[in-house]
Amino acid sequence: MSFLDIEGHDRTDLEATLDLADEFIEVLRRPIPRVPALQGKTIAHIFYEASTRTRLSFERAAKALSADVMNFAPSGSSVSKGESLKDTVLTLRAMGPDLMVVRHGAAGAPHRVAAWTGLPVINAGDGAHQHPTQALADSLTIRTRFGKLDGLRVGIIGDIRHSRVARSNVAAFTALGAEVVLVAPRTLLPVSSAEWPVTMSESLDEIIEDLDVVYLLRIQVERGGACVFPSLTEYVSRFGLTSRRFSAMNPEAVVMHPGPMNRGIEIADSIADDERALVLDQVSNGVAVRMAVLFRLLGGDRNG
Amino acid sequence: MPQVMDASDIRRALHRVAHEITEQTEGAEGVVLVGIHTRGVPLANRLRDAIGSFEETWVPVGTLDIGLYRDDLADRPVTNLAKTSLPVDINDRTVVLVDDVLYTGRTVRAALDALTDFGRPAAVRLAVLVDRGHRQLPIRPDYVGKNLPTSAGERVSVHLEDTDAEEGVWIYSDGGDR
Repeated sequence: MSFLDIEGHDRTDLEATLDLADEFIEVLRRPIPRVPALQGKTIAHIFYEASTRTRLSFERAAKALSADVMNFAPSGSSVSKGESLKDTVLTLRAMGPDLMVVRHGAAGAPHRVAAWTGLPVINAGDGAHQHPTQALADSLTIRTRFGKLDGLRVGIIGDIRHSRVARSNVAAFTALGAEVVLVAPRTLLPVSSAEWPVTMSESLDEIIEDLDVVYLLRIQVERGGACVFPSLTEYVSRFGLTSRRFSAMNPEAVVMHPGPMNRGIEIADSIADDERALVLDQVSNGVAVRMAVLFRLLGGDRNG
Repeated sequence: MPQVMDASDIRRALHRVAHEITEQTEGAEGVVLVGIHTRGVPLANRLRDAIGSFEETWVPVGTLDIGLYRDDLADRPVTNLAKTSLPVDINDRTVVLVDDVLYTGRTVRAALDALTDFGRPAAVRLAVLVDRGHRQLPIRPDYVGKNLPTSAGERVSVHLEDTDAEEGVWIYSDGGDR
């Protein structure tokens, strides 16, 4: 069993993982925030793309469950000597890990790793495809704030085209009963989004007061996200969460962002530190949901 | 199948245990009752009520899910966890662990490990409704509602109003059911 995308999991299954994560939040608040549940298990972290927060979050989750972690990054490794992904993961498998956490720039790479190695694999982000544990962290953050996702209106704003977070979050939020609106310039919407279970808008001002959650995405300069509109100033004026737009929001509504934030672009500096910005809750909840996913994949299986 | 305790037997046994706890802790001073999920939790609540009824002191009650500390996760996968909550700092208090049946002692071993992660109690005691024997670890109860000699093939079933909508203790021979 692997955890590769949100679509492979139904509502009952997603909620069971969130329920488990709720209990792990309690574990993380204990004087000694560590339980022996995965003692003796080894988890290989294979990160082909730069990542600090996700890798550290997985590491924290694994250690809080008493698992051992081995880290692999391609720079300075055999990859720079021309080794293929397949040979790399088969080599790592021969060192005996029980599970692999994979981040890769190519969509579908974690699926291939699961097929090649026969090990449980967790997708920690594959290209612009999926980032399912981020979606669980965000779902838990919303559920903790509002009690449930049913009937909530979530606006996802910004660079949808290059965002794996958007893809996974649309799947998770809608599976859990929320309604999703994508807000972006047409050039930042993916071609396939016409088939997604969402509505679309090109004007943040028109819909902002109807939203319960304002979910902002980063303009991904490294994936070409900055080339598709005339200037950052124009982006801010149409899609940035400025103080004016923040005051137009429903007073109960919250602001979310998967990080790293570009203050002054998609989110105004002062809003990023507001009590209604749940950015740091998203980070803490990320550790708890990753513990839940690890525990569900490894907790009942001593032999890997 | 033979019922070995009914509702009033359970009530009397818990009252005696509550008296014993009170007596040995000089009026339940510094005591925290910690119920082990599932049925240890209502039992801990009842002990608190009993102690309160004759001492007019209400001892705090915590709950513990030991799923993450079990040594047999491989054979019995855990899919969900119940609330673990200790309402007070357990450092330097007397923790009384409460469970329905004491059998191999492995659950209590796991509970002791879990408690260690919350602090260092002055003492940890064990109260159980039924001690059925067959320990696999060097663990013994301090307070016992009923000693129930069993064979390893038999099954002891505790049902409580709070969790099972009926009250009593039954013993079944292997394969028996009701």
